[in-house]
Amino acid sequence: MPGRIPCLAALAIAVIAASGAGHAAERYGFGRPATPQEIAGWDIDVSPSGAGLPPGRGDVRQGEAIFAAKCASCHGAHGEGKPMVRLVGGIGTLHDKKPKKTVGSFWPYATTLFDYVRRAMPLNAPQSLNPDEVYAVSAYVLFLNGIVAQDATLDADTLAKIKMPNRGGFVSAFSPPGAAKP
Amino acid sequence: MIPRTPKWKEPSSTAPEPQVGAARSVTRRGLIEAGAGAAAAAMVSRPALAQEGDNLPPSIPEWQLQPGEETLSQPYGRPSKFEANVVRRYRHGLPEPPTRLSSFSLTPLQDLCGIITPNGLHYERHHAGVPRIDPLEHRLIVHGMVERPIIFAMEDLTRFPSVSRVHFLECSGNTQNWRAPKPELTVQDTHGLLSCCEWTGVPLATVLAEAGVRPEARWMLAEGADAAAMTRSIPIEKALDDALLAYAQNGERLRPEQGYPLRLLLPGYEGNTSVKWLRRLKLGPEPFQTREETSKYTLLMPDGVARQFNFVMEAKSVITLPSGGQRLGAPGFYEISGLAWSGNGKVARVEVSTDGGASRRDAALQEPVMSKCLTRFRSPWRWDGGAATLASRVTDETGYVQPTREALLNVRDVRSYYHYNGIQNWSVAAGGAVTNAG
Repeated sequence: MPGRIPCLAALAIAVIAASGAGHAAERYGFGRPATPQEIAGWDIDVSPSGAGLPPGRGDVRQGEAIFAAKCASCHGAHGEGKPMVRLVGGIGTLHDKKPKKTVGSFWPYATTLFDYVRRAMPLNAPQSLNPDEVYAVSAYVLFLNGIVAQDATLDADTLAKIKMPNRGGFVSAFSPPGAAKP
Repeated sequence: MIPRTPKWKEPSSTAPEPQVGAARSVTRRGLIEAGAGAAAAAMVSRPALAQEGDNLPPSIPEWQLQPGEETLSQPYGRPSKFEANVVRRYRHGLPEPPTRLSSFSLTPLQDLCGIITPNGLHYERHHAGVPRIDPLEHRLIVHGMVERPIIFAMEDLTRFPSVSRVHFLECSGNTQNWRAPKPELTVQDTHGLLSCCEWTGVPLATVLAEAGVRPEARWMLAEGADAAAMTRSIPIEKALDDALLAYAQNGERLRPEQGYPLRLLLPGYEGNTSVKWLRRLKLGPEPFQTREETSKYTLLMPDGVARQFNFVMEAKSVITLPSGGQRLGAPGFYEISGLAWSGNGKVARVEVSTDGGASRRDAALQEPVMSKCLTRFRSPWRWDGGAATLASRVTDETGYVQPTREALLNVRDVRSYYHYNGIQNWSVAAGGAVTNAG
């Protein structure tokens, strides 16, 4: 039915025009719609706003036990490092000749700590901790850095509200083409 | 008699200056003699010959006196066994990391010709090992601020109109000459987090159009399917400009070390942003502030403030021949050769100095000069046998001139670590030993 081809072409153009996408171009129809379930399984990132933080909660005491079992062999019993990176201390050293860049002294967002532990730690079993455990480990590392109290419990609400000591210590060097340089 | 020793040796940590040995050899280009001595591990194995020189005229070489290996004896060919020392290495003198799951390896730039890096020699940087991904079970999900979240199989992505482009990749941790330069380092040590391939794939803009990017989307999270699920935030401007979803390099499918079966390829950007083993792209209004763009890959400046999103690899060049660890032979003609590149476009000019920058002359640029791609430069030189300092300086098409180490240090200080692009000096001693002068 050759007569249908122009109709389909016209429809395709109409779809593109109606999509409102500023970057619309020819569409090919490859791939298929991603289901909410498929996306949910992989959508593990957490933003500074707290978007992406899952339900659950964990406290410093629980985190201490998980840390001792799954983290201390690389990061030291109290996050002091060796053989892998130091997690604790160094606050106030960023002007030194040899700054100590740790979660406490350098990282600008607590949400990044949760995100990274959830996706990549422990090294030998990534994505094995459940949300409660990630909240607990995050609480313990933040406690070791003096950022939360010993009796702190973290969940999506409390974690997103934490203000890290070096929150103001970053500037963006990126400016879109044509924009004024920062 | 021509002894069959490798053309150069790895400097030993106990002997920073390459040692002159009894045995010397010439390179394939007949220019530079190797220091010989230790580093037996890097030595090429020699065929057992009755007597060295038996294969030279007027004798008939042994490989002419019997048939060679059968056709298809190697279904996937490998380099000659005499090239066995042309391999990736870890940085000389740097303590090994606690685990090689998170480590790097360096391209042997001193042994390569032209601009293309063979796939087996492309530098590596992995954060949790190299995943072995079944391409039939690999998926890319595009979601977030898009009209239509889509999941793609590899067979979907390879159906799109494709392009091939030659681009360099450089890790922004390449070249650590911030502190006192270590004389024993080779160009593999100093500049080996640099490679260049022909990449084939689909323009990312094509795939994003399929999903329909919403106008409010300003940043894109790219996530790997490795055990680190490594993530970086990419500005939408770059995603819609020249970004590729690459599935092939130098004519064959990606190597596992380079992201098989699918990677992001961001021409001119620091290597870490070209996320390997790509499984997810999420469009959003702001940067996602991942670990790799906060704790790492930020420049800690002298005022204690860290600069984020230092994407572009600015213009840089290095002489690869002669370079650290090599040794010049007799005085006379040598061709100085090296690589120049810019993440902002094409190389416009390379100047070479043999007197530490007191005088410079233009080097010849090998055509074609391509954007965000290595450019091979060459310059003739007559060595008088005395001390010399060799250096190259690139200017790119934007007019940017490669800075000196001193200029970089004045602005950035040693703590910024990443994005060192200073002029590289190689010191030639009377007698011919070449060492790193930073």
